[in-house]
Amino acid sequence: MTVSHSIQETADAANYPAIRLAAVDLDCVRGDRTVFAGLCFVLERGQLMAAVGPNGSGKSSLLRLIAGLLRPAGGSIGLSVEDPDSDPGTDTDGGLVHYLGHLDGLKRQMSVAENLRFWRQLYGGERPVSLDHVCMIAGVGHLADVPVAILSAGQRRRVGLARLLISPRPLWLLDEPLSALDADGTELLGQLMARHLAAGGAIVAATHQDLPIAPDRTIRIEGGRGMLVAAEGASQ
Amino acid sequence: MTGFAAIIAQTIRLSLAGGGALVGLVFFLALVAIIPFGVGPDLNLLARIGPAILWIGVLLASLLGLDRLFGADNEDGSLDLLILSGEPLILIVLGRALGHWVATGLPLIIAAPVLGLMLNLQPIALLAVMATLLAGTPAVSLIGAVGAALTVGLARGGMLIAVLVLPLVIPVLIFGVSATQGAVSDPEPFRAPFLLLCALTCAALVAGPVAGAAALKAALD
Repeated sequence: MTVSHSIQETADAANYPAIRLAAVDLDCVRGDRTVFAGLCFVLERGQLMAAVGPNGSGKSSLLRLIAGLLRPAGGSIGLSVEDPDSDPGTDTDGGLVHYLGHLDGLKRQMSVAENLRFWRQLYGGERPVSLDHVCMIAGVGHLADVPVAILSAGQRRRVGLARLLISPRPLWLLDEPLSALDADGTELLGQLMARHLAAGGAIVAATHQDLPIAPDRTIRIEGGRGMLVAAEGASQ
Repeated sequence: MTGFAAIIAQTIRLSLAGGGALVGLVFFLALVAIIPFGVGPDLNLLARIGPAILWIGVLLASLLGLDRLFGADNEDGSLDLLILSGEPLILIVLGRALGHWVATGLPLIIAAPVLGLMLNLQPIALLAVMATLLAGTPAVSLIGAVGAALTVGLARGGMLIAVLVLPLVIPVLIFGVSATQGAVSDPEPFRAPFLLLCALTCAALVAGPVAGAAALKAALD
């Protein structure tokens, strides 16, 4: 297939530094309510972690904590580059993360290509990725000149996936990545995730559905407690 | 640097596409057009208060698009992605403020002398109004960006922005109008208030993005 072949190319182009994400006794407080407390985990390159739990259990908050968009109420969360020979001057707080939230970050008035071009300029990278290529992989190639306002939720989600590919960043934070995606899109997401992990990236996905590929570890957040489930697979 | 340029370009693009810039211009026109009906057809009086009316009109019209400056980013999730991009938050705020000035401030400056004719302003006064607006309106956009950043999470921030920003731009208004008066009538100086106006813009250029970035960071939690 041309598409999976192209995915291969993008992933090979990425050469991720070895990263290590570690949370120690992480507490999350929103408003006056303790969402979860005492969360501990370690995630290294090539690993996929699923965060599962009922609605409102704090899966999205966990992702925002990892991204640095929220401050932990207690404990610590740290993302570090382990590779000693990767240039130490590179930013370690903002430049390592791709975040796919439940909001897509797309301007309704602008076309798909304009939106992606904007994010490519901001997310930079030394080797700019071809937008046509990225759109084609994500299955929105024919929509490049269409304003985002008239896209369906699933199509916007695919544009969000395309955004993950515009610059190589080692840690992907995916918030309900399967929502609004069709079977085809789910398969595409699985391929992208697999390639990303194979290239040495890491993924944290908050989800209540089964991910297209089996997670290396699953963290179950329930009733204010976070438990690391050792087994692979979210079903437990 | 490409990221900074991209933010400016996108802000301009969105203001023009969203009609915010045009609304400001029409508002400015409407405001200046009703003044003669209010104060009567006394041409000397209009010529005397004309610069002040133009300045106040520009100030109020500049406030119109501010609530969308970061409000739209917050609603569609762009704000999170901007912060995670690694681009310094200060440059993001500065880019949005400069984009707002180009899309909203510049058209008002260009329109000001045309509307000044309706207020019986002399050519020298028209020129002075344009010069002072050119020097002073960047400060308005920069201070406005701080107000926009402070109210980013609020549902009806637009009104609050006006209440927050207007007191802070009073110095800009004072020196802008007094420099214009100085250019028109002889005993009053033009140079001193004009240079103070430039100084205000320079100070806003430094302090505005820092304050705006701090406000955005505070709004995240």
